[in-house]
Amino acid sequence: MANALVVDDSRAVRMILSKNLREVGFDVREAGNGREALEVVAAEKASLRLVLTDWNMPEMNGLELLKCLRKDPALASLIIIMVTTETEMEHITEALDAGANEYVMKPFDKEILFQKLDLTGVRA
Amino acid sequence: METLAEIFTDNYRFLQQHVYSHSGIVLDHDKHYLFESRLMPIVRQLGLGSINDLCSLLLKTKETALGRQVVEAMTTNETYFFRDPAQYEAIRTVLLPELRQSKGDQKKLRFWSAASSSGQEAYSLAMLLLEEGFGDWNIQIYGTDFSSQVLESARTGKYRQIDMNRGLPSPLLARHFRRSGLDWQVSDRVRQMVTFETLDLRKSLRTLGPFDLVFCRNVMIYFDTQTKKNLIQELHGTLFRHGWLLLGGAETAFGAEQWFDKQTVQGATLYVAH
Repeated sequence: MANALVVDDSRAVRMILSKNLREVGFDVREAGNGREALEVVAAEKASLRLVLTDWNMPEMNGLELLKCLRKDPALASLIIIMVTTETEMEHITEALDAGANEYVMKPFDKEILFQKLDLTGVRA
Repeated sequence: METLAEIFTDNYRFLQQHVYSHSGIVLDHDKHYLFESRLMPIVRQLGLGSINDLCSLLLKTKETALGRQVVEAMTTNETYFFRDPAQYEAIRTVLLPELRQSKGDQKKLRFWSAASSSGQEAYSLAMLLLEEGFGDWNIQIYGTDFSSQVLESARTGKYRQIDMNRGLPSPLLARHFRRSGLDWQVSDRVRQMVTFETLDLRKSLRTLGPFDLVFCRNVMIYFDTQTKKNLIQELHGTLFRHGWLLLGGAETAFGAEQWFDKQTVQGATLYVAH
């Protein structure tokens, strides 16, 4: 049962994020866009604790995914972190207002990702 | 053949002595990588061939500005917002409620970031105070550092995007920063709470206090034992009774028991002034 989901249309980014999460003990699934992510969430709902999602993706973007997930009361405690190249203040506030727990601006390194996990308490 | 970053033994000793005499900072015999990483940018900037050339220039010209640039390059530490979160959590949950009660009539608090580097520690504290409802209090936060260069940067309150990712909770970014070109700048409200000045921590500090809290993180590790002892006593002299001293995670306070009670709060080690 996976407890973390990485959503990004770049396979390379998914691989890096997944590797980083596995290093700190997460069991990771991957999705290439928001639509695929919803399918994984439906299957892994009981165990899922963390979603890292890109913003710009085909079919369903990260913000739409975020809004969708936040509508589900069963996922109220799910930690959702945006990991994106969108770095304008309006994007950050829009994501936070929509229910993102944290926001990581690309480029980032592993240390930054782990700090963000710590800020949300999901690693503990 | 000599490489760009290679340092001859005599020059290594000269650099150790130069940094020690101007800052009190002791650099051991195994810090070649540190000299290389910090001094090669100066070597390149001056169009020199190697660190040995830089030493020759320093010896020959006795150039004060260059000498200071070398010392500052060796003594500046990288930092980030809310570094050591346990300390901020201890401040938020224990110190600030105590101060709200004990100083609620005068509504005046003073804090000191003793080795503030590029300012993240001082600004983190300012943001924390605003978040905890101290916005209508008279708050004075002093940020000091040996390096005038980093303080110039601290005063602008501007940070690169990579710095914003490090340690800073995104909701605080949204509330206390704005875009400034490719960089980010801390809000005027936060900047107004903080004053930066250059300071050599080996000098008498008694005129600076009294403070409710002093951060002196990752400084002590570089000083020799006697300088550490003097500094602990001087820092005690800048604190109110029951004021907090916070050191870096890897640091211990030599002879501190004479002046402080060591306590652990929320996983953070702190020293409470007698």
